Amino acid sequence: MSATKEAKELVKEMVILFAGDSGDGIQLTGGQFSETVGFVGADISTFPSFPAEIRAPRGTLAGVSGFQLKFGSNAIFTAGDEYDVLVVMNSAALKVNLNDLKKGGVIIVNTDGFDKKNLRLAEYIDGQNPLEDGSLDDYSLHKIDITKLTRESLKDSEMGIKDIDRSKNMFVLGYIYWMYSQTLDNTFKFLKQKFKSNPVVRDANITVLKAGYNFGETSEAFISRYEVKPAQLPKGVYRNIMGNQATAIGLVVAAKKSGLDLFYGSYPITPASDVLHFLSRYKNYGVKTFQAEDEIAAMTSVIGASYGGALAVTASSGPGIALKTEAMGLGMILELPMVIINVQRGGPSTGLPTKTEQSDLFQAIMGRNGETPIPVVAAYSPASCFNTIFQATKIAIEYMTPVIFLSDGYIANGAEPWLIPDLNEFPKIRTKFVKQATNGQNGPYLPYKRDKNLVRRWAIPGMKGFEHRIGGLEKQDETGNISYDPENHQHMIEIRAAKVEKIADDIPEQTIDSGPESGELLILGWGSTFGSIKTAVKEMHNEGVNVSHTHLVYLNPFPKNLGKILKSFNRVLVPELNMGQLRQLIRAKYLVDAQGLNKVKGLPLTVKEIKDKVKTIIG
Amino acid sequence: MTIATKEVLPELTSKDFTSDQEVRWCPGCGDYSILKQVQTIMPELGIPKEDIVFISGIGCSSRFPYYMNTYGMHSIHGRAPAIASGLKAVRPELSIWVITGDGDSLSIGGNHLIHVLRRNFDLNILLFNNEIYGLTKGQYSPTSPRGSISKSTPLGSVDHPFNPAALALGAEGTFIARTMDRDPKHAREIILRGHHHKGTSFVEIYQNCNVFNDGAFAIFTDKSTKADHTIFLEDGKPLLFGQERNKGIILDGFKPVVVDLNEGYSQDDLWVHDEKDNIKAAILAQLFDDPRDEDAYPRPFGVFYSEVRFTYEDVFNDQIQNAIDQKGEGDLQDLINGGNTWEIK
Ligand SMILES: Cc1ncc(C[n+]2csc(CCOP(=O)(O)OP(=O)(O)O)c2C)c(N)n1
Ligand code: SF4
Ligand SMILES: [Mg+2]
Repeated sequence: MSATKEAKELVKEMVILFAGDSGDGIQLTGGQFSETVGFVGADISTFPSFPAEIRAPRGTLAGVSGFQLKFGSNAIFTAGDEYDVLVVMNSAALKVNLNDLKKGGVIIVNTDGFDKKNLRLAEYIDGQNPLEDGSLDDYSLHKIDITKLTRESLKDSEMGIKDIDRSKNMFVLGYIYWMYSQTLDNTFKFLKQKFKSNPVVRDANITVLKAGYNFGETSEAFISRYEVKPAQLPKGVYRNIMGNQATAIGLVVAAKKSGLDLFYGSYPITPASDVLHFLSRYKNYGVKTFQAEDEIAAMTSVIGASYGGALAVTASSGPGIALKTEAMGLGMILELPMVIINVQRGGPSTGLPTKTEQSDLFQAIMGRNGETPIPVVAAYSPASCFNTIFQATKIAIEYMTPVIFLSDGYIANGAEPWLIPDLNEFPKIRTKFVKQATNGQNGPYLPYKRDKNLVRRWAIPGMKGFEHRIGGLEKQDETGNISYDPENHQHMIEIRAAKVEKIADDIPEQTIDSGPESGELLILGWGSTFGSIKTAVKEMHNEGVNVSHTHLVYLNPFPKNLGKILKSFNRVLVPELNMGQLRQLIRAKYLVDAQGLNKVKGLPLTVKEIKDKVKTIIG
Repeated sequence: MTIATKEVLPELTSKDFTSDQEVRWCPGCGDYSILKQVQTIMPELGIPKEDIVFISGIGCSSRFPYYMNTYGMHSIHGRAPAIASGLKAVRPELSIWVITGDGDSLSIGGNHLIHVLRRNFDLNILLFNNEIYGLTKGQYSPTSPRGSISKSTPLGSVDHPFNPAALALGAEGTFIARTMDRDPKHAREIILRGHHHKGTSFVEIYQNCNVFNDGAFAIFTDKSTKADHTIFLEDGKPLLFGQERNKGIILDGFKPVVVDLNEGYSQDDLWVHDEKDNIKAAILAQLFDDPRDEDAYPRPFGVFYSEVRFTYEDVFNDQIQNAIDQKGEGDLQDLINGGNTWEIK
């Protein structure tokens, strides 16, 4: 990677990590850069990481915030295992992230973040400075005194030094734009909008952004410039989208497609809160958001809203889902439609709130008292949240049942370009309301009388002649009256389970995502491991390794042909960010000797980990 | 969703509000009386049956909705206020009644109770207080007096009990009242008042559990002791009580003092009840002595406090209407496009 700045190196894909103190504006910098490269047609995948504490002490290892971005002219499915370029604003950011920089990779440092104090905060031993001691000789190190250059470029500004220093991130952004041959236009537009009412700050940011870019042009640094060609993405209109945002939007669309009002009852928890934040801004779409006093109230307010005829939805993460459990059982036995979103994080207990994991699958499928089957679906990428939550909602309404939608921290906060769908292609969601006209003609309303799909009819308060009582006690078949009859209980347990099983007739059959339809090894994934598995499989195909990949969205019930697919392969590998939950389900249900690749470090699976595992299986 | 257009209301009777389910409370239970009073006043509300919803938690008292021929939900322990909140948020036009017990609302559901009170949804809460866990067969409850001997406290309970009226006031409730199962007329009057209050009405009803806590309120309900141990609050009327109607309460600064009208005090000296005065309501709520104490104040019944405050659902739905008025009804395509899009050709 050593060329003069005149030469531009054409690259297929690149991984950059922006890292610094959580006050350094890292997320904004990363977000702007991804938007800009997205506009020119590169495919991208991003992965932000936040410190666990809101205000971790400045300069410390605990306070490091990061924004990882992979972009390129190839199809991109993950934010990358290792970075090509590491941009660090201080010593702590270097220390935390150096491990995953590729050998020979580029490091861009703000030298001001390597003074005595910062080095000490980053726990470098006294007198050690990685910028001076040769420990970075294997990398291409570029030292820039970003703080000083930022101050210089604003020496005529009326702003105080503190405010001036806050625009450092724009210098970095400008410099990286230069490095990747990008234009500044998109960020100009953004700054003009963001600081509409504060021209001084707006102009200062623009000045520093340009200064960063010009610094690239004029400095004598021997650093490569790169160019990334647009990716071969399908034609259409795109936007960048984060998982939680796609989830929120998907709910609004599902409400419209079903003709129901959207009620969203929730209690804040990382990493699910953003769904509430997004939805609370959609008031002019008729969205009703209710911040409840706890997750139990969130879940039960949803039961109340559903009883009243709304599309009722709640979201939380592991600990909050645990609190909702009893009420989910009520929702199930009432047979009312509702959606429960679990944006999973590291567990158990409070666990790792800002980290990602897939360890709530058992909780979703089995975590309730009694025989309480609830359909479960899982999104597999940020953009897929849109379709998946739509499907979850459709099942809930059309089968009169709670449905659990699983996402996780990686999907929720990650972003990728999204080919904006044609809304006309989304089906109408058919509600199961009783028909007012038939009232009385077929005898009294029987709240638990079922159709051929075993789905009951929905009568809501206000409908004359359909007054009825429902509750959490076991019900007599059809009438819904309390019943302690042994035969009836057995029957009701079976019929509620059969209803959920029947959903399998309605969902798409499972397909192979890539690789042959049968053979030596099938990689079976679910959720956010999609990108890593897909990338690994693609690389292995290029290397001539014969593997196939299939990814589950429907986890309860499973697609009808899943057993057949599993049996078409000699071996099955199930990579998961848990200790083997899907693997156990698969083994129990299909009696296949599935193996696991299991990781619970709060981090996504890497492509390398998957490839290494495959090698140990098929050599 | 379609809702039938309402014709002129037919004349309803309490029978119309009686469901076909057999009532399963123990014979002699105070719940029967409360059920009867509620069924009796229902036709007076002038609300069609289909617009009325009863939501309960778990407990003997919470079986109530099954016996009402309206919409109803028997839910899970303690959560009825939250279920009712969600329902009211989406269906503000409904008349919603929360039926709960002392364990249901003050123990497991305490959190939901205080939050529904401060939010002030327009709902009616009827708290059946029998100072015991009836359904689980006789453990002490958060309202059982200290020292209560129960299944779980053979040596007497240690806990200091809640004072429900004071708790509801402290939770920013806008309508706080107390009545009893054994005074049907008063119960009907207070429950009706609660219904007419716009906001959350909190009505505590002393209810005798004749199986596990018989006579807990006898001193307030028995003919022989009632007059001397209770005081019935009426807005704008002096605080007068006693077998001979010869005792009253005056306010000496902030301190209520029981006086004898035969000993130099006249009715004009007495504290005149003002339902709108939340400071005096707080003092009244503190008249909560053990009635067996010699100097115990009489226990107040009636409406302690009634305040008009905006309801949650009104502002909640106004915000939506205002947003639509200002920005126009949201366009789905705009929503999914977000701010920045690009095209690949
Ligand atoms: C989650 C949960 N915990 C415990 C119970 C058991 N339980 C049912 S009712 C009840 C207490 C009821 O007391 P109260 O609310 O005073 O009602 P009462 O029966 O006295 O009318 C308890 C502890 C339950 N049903 N659910
Ligand atoms: S146990 Fe007590 S409260 Fe319950 S029904 Fe019997 S008498 Fe009534
Ligand atoms: Mg009780």
